[in-house]
Amino acid sequence: MSNRKPPGGLSGLANPTRFLSLVNAVTPWLAGLTVLLIGYGLYLSFFQAPPDYQQGQTVKIMFIHVPSAWISMFAYTVIALSALGVLIWRHPLADVSAKAAAPIGATFTFIVLVTGSLWGKPMWGTYWVWDARLTSMLILFLLYLGLIALRQAIEDPVRAARATAILALVGAVNLPIIKFSVDWWNTLHQPASVFRMGGPTIDPSLLTPLFVMGAGFFALFTLLHLLAMRAEILSRRVHALQQIAVQRAAAA
Amino acid sequence: MIRACLALLRRDLTLSWREGGAIGTALGFYFTVVVLTPLGLGPDLNLLSRIAAGMLWVALLLAGLLSADRIFHNDYEDGSLDLLMLGPIPLELAAGIKSLAHWIATGIPLTLLAPVLGLLLNLPIDAYGMLMLSLLAGTPAVSFLAAIGAALTLGLRRSGVLIALLVLPLYVPVLIFGVSSVSAATTGPGSPWSALLILCAISLISIVLSPIAAAAALRASQR
Repeated sequence: MSNRKPPGGLSGLANPTRFLSLVNAVTPWLAGLTVLLIGYGLYLSFFQAPPDYQQGQTVKIMFIHVPSAWISMFAYTVIALSALGVLIWRHPLADVSAKAAAPIGATFTFIVLVTGSLWGKPMWGTYWVWDARLTSMLILFLLYLGLIALRQAIEDPVRAARATAILALVGAVNLPIIKFSVDWWNTLHQPASVFRMGGPTIDPSLLTPLFVMGAGFFALFTLLHLLAMRAEILSRRVHALQQIAVQRAAAA
Repeated sequence: MIRACLALLRRDLTLSWREGGAIGTALGFYFTVVVLTPLGLGPDLNLLSRIAAGMLWVALLLAGLLSADRIFHNDYEDGSLDLLMLGPIPLELAAGIKSLAHWIATGIPLTLLAPVLGLLLNLPIDAYGMLMLSLLAGTPAVSFLAAIGAALTLGLRRSGVLIALLVLPLYVPVLIFGVSSVSAATTGPGSPWSALLILCAISLISIVLSPIAAAAALRASQR
């Protein structure tokens, strides 16, 4: 075994030890990049971006709200792809990725809902509107909660991995249908009269900070995901070592 | 093969009929929820007739979920699930047949009870036909999607609550198109048939896809 050349490329990364060393090498750089991007983005959005002519200063909620929405959907994509990895290649690292991404995605979805409702109060005069977008975000949040709850309810780790992977894929198939049906529902019940995001398309002075913040949030998600994966791999190792110790103690 | 499938279907239906409790509980639950609604909202008949379709659908989803964990649970307890996995029928087909049995034993009785409850909620008379059609078209999706949740949570503690959390988000499209076909039949705008056809499509998709997911979940649970 020891004299065999380690496989290179992506399949080499599938080895947890090599993955851990990569994470350790990348983390400081990624952390620095995240701080720089979000710091610059916050500077841009607070001091450079002009207040909107209609919304005033509250438009700045957008710089947290919209990137969080991107991440909340991106995280579900990561989970669904990892679920494919679990079910097709049965690789433990894919399950680590899926498990680590679920709480992060749920948190970003929660941030979207909270910031959206705080933005909604001054703009629409109410904290919650059953708008199609808000509703589908809320359902995405419920799907995340379901994933986390199912994982916690199953004790056997292999079964938990497969079951959550199946649920993630079922959710991924359903999400477009849910999105479509919620759009239909909203247009049927309430024409777009309460509020419209349209009107002026977003001005470049607001768009630049938004994209910087978006890049910063992507870096933040990657960083959190890698750190959570590292913590999960290490805790699984500790668990395995504990079981070996228990077996030794029982044998002695 | 077909004989084996029919035998499985007949066995499941006989079991749920002889047991009795499951159907009765679902019907009683449905009845109770609908009876409690006017007590909570006040006896205003105009208000009730406006929300009748939505209430009937929401209560039906909850009542269908109530018996969902029984789809695989009894077979899991007495070991016949192991025999099913070893037997000649592919597990996907077996999961589909068991979901079908759940639909016949739960979905159809609930559908038949719905118009009676519609009277209590002052549902407009011309909506009854569309209500029955939409319930008939939508309840297969309810049973087949519930089977995914039942298979995922097989043998877990508190599986009933967990099924609700897992499956209710998946019911959103069924609920929306079910209710909108009924309300389009009474108040408009638009024809109720488009919503009904989409509801049929959702049911057909879930009939095809959810046995695959349920069978995969069953295999994961039986390592």
